[in-house]
Amino acid sequence: MPETRPRLGVFVCHCGKNIAGTVDVAKVAEIASRFPGVVYATHHEYMCSDPGQALLKRAIKEHRLTGVVVAACSPTMHEETFRRAAEEAGLNPYLLEIANIREQVSWVHSGPAATEKAVRVVRAIAEKVRGNRPLRPAEVGVTRRALVVGGGIAGIQAALDIANAGFEVILVERSPSIGGHMAQLSETFPTLDCSQCILTPKMVEVARHPRIRILAYSEVEEVSGFVGNYRVRIRKKPTYVDPAKCNLCGECAKVCPVRVPNEFDRGLSLRAAIYIPFPQAVPSTYTLDARNCLGLLPLCCGKCAEVCEAKAIDFDMHEEILEEEVGAIVLATGYELYPKEAMAEYGYGTVPDVIDGLEFERLLSASGPTRGEIRRPSDGKIPKEVVFIQCSGSRDPEHHKPYCSKICCMYTAKHALLYRHAVPDGQAYVFYIDIRAGGKDYEEFVNRAMAEERILYIRGKVAKVFREGEKVVVWGVDTLTGRRVEVRADLVVLAQAMVPSPGTEELARKLRVACGGEGFLKEAHPKLRPLEALTAGVFLAGAAQGPKDIPESVAQASGAAAKVVALLSQPKLAHAPEVAEVAEELCSGCGICAPQCPYGAIAVDEVARVNEVLCEGCGTCVAACPSGALTFRNVEDEQVLRMVRAALAEVEGVGV
Amino acid sequence: MSGFEPRIVAFLCRWCASAGADLAGTNRLAYPPNAIPIRVNCSGRVEPQWVVEALKAGADGVLIGGCHPGDCHYVAGNYKARRRVYLLRKVLAELGIEPERVRLEWVSATEGARFAQVMSDFVAELKRLGPLHGNGGPK
Ligand code: FES
Repeated sequence: MPETRPRLGVFVCHCGKNIAGTVDVAKVAEIASRFPGVVYATHHEYMCSDPGQALLKRAIKEHRLTGVVVAACSPTMHEETFRRAAEEAGLNPYLLEIANIREQVSWVHSGPAATEKAVRVVRAIAEKVRGNRPLRPAEVGVTRRALVVGGGIAGIQAALDIANAGFEVILVERSPSIGGHMAQLSETFPTLDCSQCILTPKMVEVARHPRIRILAYSEVEEVSGFVGNYRVRIRKKPTYVDPAKCNLCGECAKVCPVRVPNEFDRGLSLRAAIYIPFPQAVPSTYTLDARNCLGLLPLCCGKCAEVCEAKAIDFDMHEEILEEEVGAIVLATGYELYPKEAMAEYGYGTVPDVIDGLEFERLLSASGPTRGEIRRPSDGKIPKEVVFIQCSGSRDPEHHKPYCSKICCMYTAKHALLYRHAVPDGQAYVFYIDIRAGGKDYEEFVNRAMAEERILYIRGKVAKVFREGEKVVVWGVDTLTGRRVEVRADLVVLAQAMVPSPGTEELARKLRVACGGEGFLKEAHPKLRPLEALTAGVFLAGAAQGPKDIPESVAQASGAAAKVVALLSQPKLAHAPEVAEVAEELCSGCGICAPQCPYGAIAVDEVARVNEVLCEGCGTCVAACPSGALTFRNVEDEQVLRMVRAALAEVEGVGV
Repeated sequence: MSGFEPRIVAFLCRWCASAGADLAGTNRLAYPPNAIPIRVNCSGRVEPQWVVEALKAGADGVLIGGCHPGDCHYVAGNYKARRRVYLLRKVLAELGIEPERVRLEWVSATEGARFAQVMSDFVAELKRLGPLHGNGGPK
């Protein structure tokens, strides 16, 4: 505790009406002026505004303040703003603390009780500030390399932007090729660009980029370290094919006796156990899928190697664990479609001619299983009546997902249009709840589909889909006319909800990044920090953060990349100085603390010693120390106990 | 017991429960104002002594809000908190203090509604238990 008498200032923010509409801010300031150590207390309309900050700076100088409480919004919003202002006025920034009287008071309480709680919160923080010491952040170096997880369009864009700014990038992709779902699409709304045609140049650019290393068929195993200095363990599965030698002749796949459903075609075609997901795959090589191979250990077929003239196949290839150091991480793990199997009302995925949106993309795609002819899966016939069901699994909190998947209105309009072009005498029906076409040229695009002859938009939900002979019967209600509708269709396309790709939560856990209730990665702030996770140095891009279309994913990826570049460009990073510390004279060297530390930041010989750069500041060791030798800078026991008492003591003069 | 408003100190982990409380605010989910939040870096930082001191200083209950198991920002602080709270509650019971007065709850940064619910539930429970003996309230 500092010896000299503290001189505290308290600044209560109105936040317009956000705080002042509920909390009597003048009263809070008036009561605060009598708190121990407080020499100045005031309130201001918007503390974060320039005049508010000017007021703060002036008061720090004029009243020679040695500590400041700003009672305002959550510290996650403006702690940095005010600490910077304090520093500009010559006060050590760690002598300023925020009392959160907006999110945790004015927005959730009302009446005099809100004012009373605000007083208590401010009083507790004032006690903390009284005990705070000036601190200096430690400086740590930055590993000037980024990791991008996920090789879809978002990951590709982020990797390219970071690499083009001059930094090395490791791009990890779980499947054998980058490209993600965008590679599966036929054409993209609203321009009807061929998806592959606009994607593959980017994939090639990634492949050729001198600063991007693609680790395909690989997964992130473990992440440790902290912003600027992450250590990542990556598991690289064996492909059993040397990409440098493989010349894509395809002889191996021809002789392979195995046939399994082709994931890239969503199971609508078959592939061999040795395969290339699609001709433009990057890395450009075949992959032997050991799970479906007749057997490698011991080798029981080996036909592929016999015909491989390039001698690219190596059955002895092993799984590798790579250890990499990176300064920043971008998570771009994308989405998957909510499984048809979850749709009881639409036949649980057992009706072969009920398919999802991505399957339909494969039917439309010139490189797809039907070479772009629309043929239904059951018998290969060209469907003359097709029903598209929007919001399948979305906006249905009772049975499925509560949220809007955002892209389905658009891609269904596209599907209907493309179907009509492919099958001129076909009839399309689109069942929708609402049309949501917010986006540049989107509304116009949907209108184009609606205006098209033989595309009938029916507002209403589909109650049931079932097979009857060769037909798929769709029962629905047209809610505009109130009439029941029955369509005897040849094919039904479900615009399934978007869900985070499998494994997202697991990966998030490894990075200590939060996921929302629906499993999408959580951003640091929904409005103001949508590109970053709460964990410093981890950034988000694409549909892993929430349903998004391609332009949004690309924009977010470029944004995340800009953040990464800004981070990696710092000469040094400041490491928060609020960490554990040992009072050596009190330490008995018992060593209870060291195993508590998840970061290995404590070494014990005679006494314990904390490495302040490795310490992330959780305080677990401090709570465990039996002799009180370990303390936590600016959250010392004595401070907390004073805060507790200040929180609990009576409040006079609020009139509760 | 009418009119009894329990006093609560809530030690909230900044990564989850405190962020969850912020979200409850952003979503304007009202809950009783009885708890004064004290933000800590991790539920693992909360010392049993703090809890005891809070009860001594007039709190009728203490809430510790941490990240869900497996989600602690510092890997396992919440597991340590869980063990400590478990033991502490045993000690409190020995001292004749209802262990329910000390609550450990997992609230993630996305669970604003859950935070509000936890607060409401805890206040209701403490109202049922009445003031902690020695607070001067009726018992
Ligand atoms: S960080 Fe929240 S409990 Fe450890």
